[in-house]
Amino acid sequence: MSNGSGRTDIVFWSGNEIVAEAAIAAGCRFYAGYPITPSSEIAHVMAERLPEVGGTFIQMEDEIASMGAIIGASLTGKKTMTATSGPGFSLKMENIGYAYMAEVPCVVVNVMRGGPSTGLPTALAQADVMQTRWGTHGDHPTIALTPAYHREIYFSTIKAFNYAEKYRIPVMLLLDEVIGHMSEGMKVPDPSEYEIFNRIKPSVPPEKYFPYDSSFGDVPPMASYFEGFRFHVTGLNHTKTGFPTTDPDICQREEERMIRKVMKDAEALADLEEYQLDDAEIAVFSFGSTARGARVAVDEARKQGIKAGLLRAITLWPFPDRQVHELASRVKAFVVPEVNLGQMILEVERTAHRDMPIVGVNRVGGVPIPPYEILSKIKEVARNGR
Amino acid sequence: MAKLKDLVMEPEHLSPGHRLCPGCGVPAFMRLALHMAGKNNVVVCGATGCLEVSSTIFPYTAWNCSFIHNAFENAAATMSGVETAYRALSKRGKVKAPYKFLAFGGDGGTYDIGLQSLSGAMERGHNMVYVCYDNEAYQNTGNQRSSSTPMGSNTTTTPVGKNSYGRKGFRKDLTGILIAHHIPYVAQATVDNWKDMMRKFERAFEVEGPAFINVLAPCVPGWKYDEKLTIEISRLAAKTCFWPAFEVDNGKWKLNYKPKEKLPVEEFLKPQGRFRHLFRPENRHVIDMLQAEVDERWADIVARCETSPS
Repeated sequence: MSNGSGRTDIVFWSGNEIVAEAAIAAGCRFYAGYPITPSSEIAHVMAERLPEVGGTFIQMEDEIASMGAIIGASLTGKKTMTATSGPGFSLKMENIGYAYMAEVPCVVVNVMRGGPSTGLPTALAQADVMQTRWGTHGDHPTIALTPAYHREIYFSTIKAFNYAEKYRIPVMLLLDEVIGHMSEGMKVPDPSEYEIFNRIKPSVPPEKYFPYDSSFGDVPPMASYFEGFRFHVTGLNHTKTGFPTTDPDICQREEERMIRKVMKDAEALADLEEYQLDDAEIAVFSFGSTARGARVAVDEARKQGIKAGLLRAITLWPFPDRQVHELASRVKAFVVPEVNLGQMILEVERTAHRDMPIVGVNRVGGVPIPPYEILSKIKEVARNGR
Repeated sequence: MAKLKDLVMEPEHLSPGHRLCPGCGVPAFMRLALHMAGKNNVVVCGATGCLEVSSTIFPYTAWNCSFIHNAFENAAATMSGVETAYRALSKRGKVKAPYKFLAFGGDGGTYDIGLQSLSGAMERGHNMVYVCYDNEAYQNTGNQRSSSTPMGSNTTTTPVGKNSYGRKGFRKDLTGILIAHHIPYVAQATVDNWKDMMRKFERAFEVEGPAFINVLAPCVPGWKYDEKLTIEISRLAAKTCFWPAFEVDNGKWKLNYKPKEKLPVEEFLKPQGRFRHLFRPENRHVIDMLQAEVDERWADIVARCETSPS
């Protein structure tokens, strides 16, 4: 009974339920949400569980408001989260950009469903991955996690909060409908199995405090409202005081810092599962629920004498540039299955940066990609070289 | 008003075969309401919600007229575009046939996420009828509370437990907000009072400019009652004055139904599972608060109707 979730036993939870329980374990005490399939169960659990741990659940009037509320609550020092799916994620984009600009930690869960627009509300997709990276306007770094197994969802949720707190940014937890709704048995992780990071608070008295003071490092210490600090927050470009500026040099410097604060840790943020890659000739790059099928396809290909391997991204953004580039020098081809019409394959092409076959396996009909489709692409590439 | 006998002979705009739940209050009025557009063509725009989802399941549609579903929050905005284009095209003689425009949303799509879009459309004065089918929670996504959910309701985001009696606070007075837009016609109706409902839709289609009708639509799975009780529960909403039937026609307030004997609000709450916990002794104060709120709003509407210049 020592972790925040109050559970250490074996449970049979859906991915969405795990996110809610893990968020509580990570220290999340404020959730603002709006109902949307297939993420609503996260709100249901939070509505019931947060009051039990002294937290607050609040249902907002729309998706935009939910995002606004978790930003506002985070400024008071709380760890905050909201969850949504495609259409709601689109609506949240303005506020997500605000959180990047104002450097406000929070976690946004997107349980991906078919799109664009209302799309396939109850069915699987992985088509928001580029929106996650570039959906809001302006330059910004992105951290997005794509767990594929249930204990991993638990740990990824905790990491999402840690990264949000560590880098003062909104962190995206990207499930897909299958991961969100599928239930699996698991042992609830013990707190000794993970670390919790809390945001760095000011070490100076209020009169010497600046909310964006980079003399303390690329991630400035963050005061909380109600603690006596002057804390001016705006979505305008601003100086270290938080007051607006249009000074080109300051804008340039600060925007570069806001990207650098994350990207300089790209190596540490990279979280990849390498499966059967040591002698692989064909590498499958995959993430989320699709990667589970890809693993089956790799096993089957091996049985049939094809040296296939799997590179599974658990941290999807920042994209593992170096790792994919290096892998590209060792393998003959990439196969990239994803439940969209070819999004992450663009990143594989960019980072491989070689004249080699890089082929997608794509579906957008709301159903998972069957392992045999990935297998047949692996065999095709092995046979024809493309 | 046209006779029922004649109305049922007219072509259906909302045809049978949709997949709304048995006992759902929505098709009970929507189908006949559309008849009140008369001989005009009709364009219908639906916000995401039960009616939209259940009436347009691939590969079928229950709509025998032009139909647009855009998103959750923008039925009124989308219809604003259609209506404006219609007026422009009519003016140039490019569209000759007469058209009427009906936008709908549930309480989620109207009270909450769609309020801004609705307010804009009403303020600009588009010639459309907007109908809210108010089933008092997000029933399409699994009974989450909305700002129309009555105090004390057990929903998935206001779960009842040791420390919670369900939804706290009173419902938003959306009809009042629409009245404050000073549009030609605003009304509230219940599905049990068929004649009153039809007259209201007839009037709504008839006025020049925006009209808004808020219809209480009992929901079997969300409110948790026996599906045969939809009309009965609706009637109890009227008899307890929980949902007063009234209208504001060009600034004139009129009460359309006054119960001979105003029943206590418990009569409306009792058959519904979502209020079951309120009948435990420790929750008596919630019913009292609800009753006080119902009384206050009822008295306010009655007073306004009595003092409204005729």
